[in-house]
Amino acid sequence: MFVMILFYAFSSVLIAAALGVITTRNPVHSALCLVLAFFTSAGIWLLIEAEFLAIVLVLVYVGAVMVLFLFVVMMLDVSFEELRRGFTRYAWLGWLTACVVILELVGVIAARRLGVDATQAPTPLPADYGNTHELGTVIYTKYVYAFELAAVLLLVAIVAAIALTMRKRPGLKVQDVAGQVAVRAGDRIRLVKVDAEKRP
Amino acid sequence: MLQQVLAILALPIVQTTIWILVVTVGVILSVAFAVLFERKIIGWMQLRKGPNRVGSIFGIWPGVFQAFADVLKLLIKEVVVPTRANKFLFGLAPIIALVPALATWAVVPLSPDLVIADIDAGLLYVLALTSMGVYGVIIAGWAANSKYAFLGAMRSAAQIVAYEIAMGFALVGVVMAAGSLNLGDIVRQQAGGPLSWNVIWLFPLAVVYIISGVAETNRAPFDVAEGESEIVAGFHVEYSGIAFALFFLAEYANMLLISALTAVFFFGGWLSPFDGYLPQGSWLAQPSFLWLGVKISAFMFFYYWLRATFPRYRYDQIMRLGWKVLIPVTLVWIAVEGVMAYCKVGPWKVLAP
Repeated sequence: MFVMILFYAFSSVLIAAALGVITTRNPVHSALCLVLAFFTSAGIWLLIEAEFLAIVLVLVYVGAVMVLFLFVVMMLDVSFEELRRGFTRYAWLGWLTACVVILELVGVIAARRLGVDATQAPTPLPADYGNTHELGTVIYTKYVYAFELAAVLLLVAIVAAIALTMRKRPGLKVQDVAGQVAVRAGDRIRLVKVDAEKRP
Repeated sequence: MLQQVLAILALPIVQTTIWILVVTVGVILSVAFAVLFERKIIGWMQLRKGPNRVGSIFGIWPGVFQAFADVLKLLIKEVVVPTRANKFLFGLAPIIALVPALATWAVVPLSPDLVIADIDAGLLYVLALTSMGVYGVIIAGWAANSKYAFLGAMRSAAQIVAYEIAMGFALVGVVMAAGSLNLGDIVRQQAGGPLSWNVIWLFPLAVVYIISGVAETNRAPFDVAEGESEIVAGFHVEYSGIAFALFFLAEYANMLLISALTAVFFFGGWLSPFDGYLPQGSWLAQPSFLWLGVKISAFMFFYYWLRATFPRYRYDQIMRLGWKVLIPVTLVWIAVEGVMAYCKVGPWKVLAP
């Protein structure tokens, strides 16, 4: 009962936040709504006892990705008048995509007969069961090659992102940190012995 | 009647709620005295007396109630909302800053048998919630509609993101040593006297964690987010009254939290430093909340000591230290630790093959 109340509370907040992402006019508000959406979906995942995924969702998406997102959205001066001008022209494309997605969802539910009554509620696992441990075991034994491949793919993406954005501009003034650290007092100050002079 | 009350009190949910209240109120009261502690310590380090008026009427220790007087003053002040500020987010930001700082205490093991939520993924929970704290800063800086606040928020966001990575990598080493993400297990793995604490075997990681902890909480010498000399007070420059007090509370609650976490991850949490050196029956050798409290106080003192000693870092130096020094150090030590675990040296001899 309590779980049901929590589920409906999280779900309604999630749907409201997701609607907020696409309807608010201010891009910062949209990004914050997306943060809320991630957070509530993490709550829903906790309800089905997927605590590792839920925490990682908050850690990665809320804690890192969305912070950078907000950073960019706040700093960039995007002209939204210009973006909105194309709205009616491309509206048909949006409706088409929405229809396809809805059809697919309905198809999946109909094909698998995933009605509300057809899916059983997951049986509660014992209190000492942790899926972090289970997931670790599976990833590092059964799916170790797939896991390593994914890691290499991410590494390539990181290197590519840096390589694409790094450009050498001529005339750039960059600090030579090693040189700065190696500086000694003798390089900067010259102590000169000056003889005292007589007052004229 | 009495039996019914007792029966209600024995319910798990009621017990948990009571413990949550106890810990939250405890943290808030500790913040009050941590502020006094800081002002006294820094005062003595600078050959001043520190706060010495409020509370002197009660006798021996003048200044004890300074923090309560400050809070009372802030409570009766007006909360000024800047023109064209986003009122909703402006009000929300201090709450967002405070909630993660308090909620993370749920998984911190306070004594051998007292932890509110003994969850297996405790360390991940800590990382997830501490990374939420940055939203309070960003939203505060943005919603205030002020250049200085915005600059402070941007600085803080970049800094927190950079040091979070170093912090997370340092904790990878702790997890490798403990073989568990449960904070209680991490403490239990360090049992057997101070020589088996993680700080001995993971010394570089402990140093990285402590430095990143200072940077994460925006404390001196990494407090460019406030940078009084350049941007007035950084992200909370437009906040006044009780809204400012909430940011203040969040900062100190975060400091207490990072101190507690440093103790748990590297200094044996609630384990006694005399374990193995005094007879087993002695209360000094017993693990208890006392030792965690002593360790937290020691790290708080360390924070104040740093603040009284070092000038503020330059911003590019902070970034360089985070990305180019601390992260490579952690990566190297994780590799070294892997070799040690493979050869079964140190605490890794207990690990299963």
